[in-house]
Amino acid sequence: MSRIKEKFNQLKSKNESALISYIMAGYPSEKITLEAARGLIQGGADIIELGFPFSDPIADGPTIQMASTESLNSGTKIENFFTIVKKIRKESNIPLVLMTYTNILYNQTYLKFISRAKQAGIDGLILPDMAIEESKEYVRAAKKIGMDTIFLVSPNTEKDRLKQIIKSTSGFLYMVAVFGTTGVQTKIHKYTLDALKNTKYAAKGKIPVGIGFGVSTEKDVQKYVSSGADAVIVGSANIKIIENTPTNKVQTRIATFTKKLKNKTR
Amino acid sequence: MKIGIPKDGRFGEFGGKYIPETLAPAIEELEKNYLKIRNDKNFKKELGRLLIDYAGRPTPIYFARNLTKTIGGAKIYLKREDLLHGGAHKINNTLGQALLAKRMGKKRIIAETGAGQHGVATAMACASLGLKAEIYMGYVDTLRQKQNVFRMELLGAKVHAVKSGSKTLKDAINEAMRDWITNVDSTYYLLGSAVGPHPYPLMVRDFQAVIGVEIKKQMKKIPNAVIACVGGGSNAIGTFYPLIDTNAKIIGIEAGGKGVKTKLHSAPLTAGKKGVLHGMMTYLMQDKDGQISETHSISAGLDYPGVGPEHAFLKDENRVEYKAVTDDEVIDAFLILTRTEGIIPALESAHAIAHAIKISKKMKKTESIVVTLSGRGDKDIDIVKEYLAKNVKNKRKI
Repeated sequence: MSRIKEKFNQLKSKNESALISYIMAGYPSEKITLEAARGLIQGGADIIELGFPFSDPIADGPTIQMASTESLNSGTKIENFFTIVKKIRKESNIPLVLMTYTNILYNQTYLKFISRAKQAGIDGLILPDMAIEESKEYVRAAKKIGMDTIFLVSPNTEKDRLKQIIKSTSGFLYMVAVFGTTGVQTKIHKYTLDALKNTKYAAKGKIPVGIGFGVSTEKDVQKYVSSGADAVIVGSANIKIIENTPTNKVQTRIATFTKKLKNKTR
Repeated sequence: MKIGIPKDGRFGEFGGKYIPETLAPAIEELEKNYLKIRNDKNFKKELGRLLIDYAGRPTPIYFARNLTKTIGGAKIYLKREDLLHGGAHKINNTLGQALLAKRMGKKRIIAETGAGQHGVATAMACASLGLKAEIYMGYVDTLRQKQNVFRMELLGAKVHAVKSGSKTLKDAINEAMRDWITNVDSTYYLLGSAVGPHPYPLMVRDFQAVIGVEIKKQMKKIPNAVIACVGGGSNAIGTFYPLIDTNAKIIGIEAGGKGVKTKLHSAPLTAGKKGVLHGMMTYLMQDKDGQISETHSISAGLDYPGVGPEHAFLKDENRVEYKAVTDDEVIDAFLILTRTEGIIPALESAHAIAHAIKISKKMKKTESIVVTLSGRGDKDIDIVKEYLAKNVKNKRKI
């Protein structure tokens, strides 16, 4: 059983939802990434989503764009990313998910990249520009290696398409909360809650549904969890904390913030 | 090799639609509507009228007698897209897509622009059809093409200077896509080149194919060679597509910048590798990790790390030959054409001229070359002036 599946099973037996926390590898440095990851683990995050920067992140808003650019400018390469993953893996058995863009995998071939990621300790992949129509080879490679393929759905994804996406998804289904890019939002829309209900219905309890994009506060977490989300994904809010915190305090601040959010998933 | 409607949106292995899920319904709606109007008589009639009365089609084929004499080889003909309304071929596509957007009931149009020509052509089409236009343009490009920024604003468009990434065309596309993701219901994304997710490469090619169709009609016999410049590749695919099943030699010219052996160029077909960007699988300039490289070209319109998927296909099928010329060669060609014919070409188009000069020397006088002069060069005179000030060697030529 995959680490992700096992985690969701555990949480289900405790009647808890998962907190999935995102940070960008190499932002602002390898060292701080590791400290932030320790903070997430201390704070009780259930899954860590680790971003690998891409030069052209079309699904990301200003905060994660900034982190991508900074990470690339500081010289983050694939090798550094896998080093970070291996180091986290040494310290913890927490499920690790990689979020990046299709070209990063395509460049090395899906099979080669995914097997390297698996070896380093990655459990699942999120590619926001991988449309279901183009995913055959990618899904086949991931299946072969035993890597979860986490697809995204949107509030405007139609029913038949949703079914098709669910078929190719493993680990969990990532529901995008808003029409827009990643980043902090100010309110929760009714269309999001309706879409969450429909997505949960289509998933039929076979695959957990996580919600992300603009999820940043305890209130957001509470609202989505009480509306049936099996997981909430928090990203830009973590990046903002890292951006605005002196480096020697990143770990504790991230831990405190994560703990508050985690409490709302119970 | 001539692909009408690409199956699954792919030209051979190239193309496809690698898009965020939020855009999937919009792309589907676009594809459905486009395939419907593609053969709609009324749509064709309306667009045909606009192309004639508003844009100024057909454009002439001009025998460049003086240039031919100066070079002393094959006859060089120019397809004068520079004479179109707005000064470039871009209006062929913007009128088509704006008309489609209107039929789809979309009132807000967004577009990206590099040199500003597509932005201007979008602003014109939108003004004439009563649509609201917002244009994304790389900050670097807004500085080197100031005049076009003001032209767009005069035409009623809002211009957003994009300060992310390399601040050029690719970043303008990123930002336009982010806008589209955010406003997907109300907004039509009017892409300016034969790039992006399916059906854009098909649509843009169809709207630009009027260039090649006219060339075929206007030339007494099929030319021995046709040449066009390739950035994303819209004027080139429009020129080439109707000629694919003839025996003409077809050549696309990429921006060689300071040389394809340096990193300072924009020639993915000549020196790139397959990859996925902006919704398509195609040849890209990228590093070992798959990060998209920063590009360089003297012409903002060719300064792009990718290329339309149909070009990638035609390259791999060996139907079209793709070559690159350097900034230096482009300036030389710009000066020669300006002096011999009294025609100031866009720096983009001067790439095609530069290659025509190279090969015409080796061809027979009875043979012919058609070069698509995709745009006029008024927008570029400051860049040329600056270049000449820095490069004394070229300056002596004036």
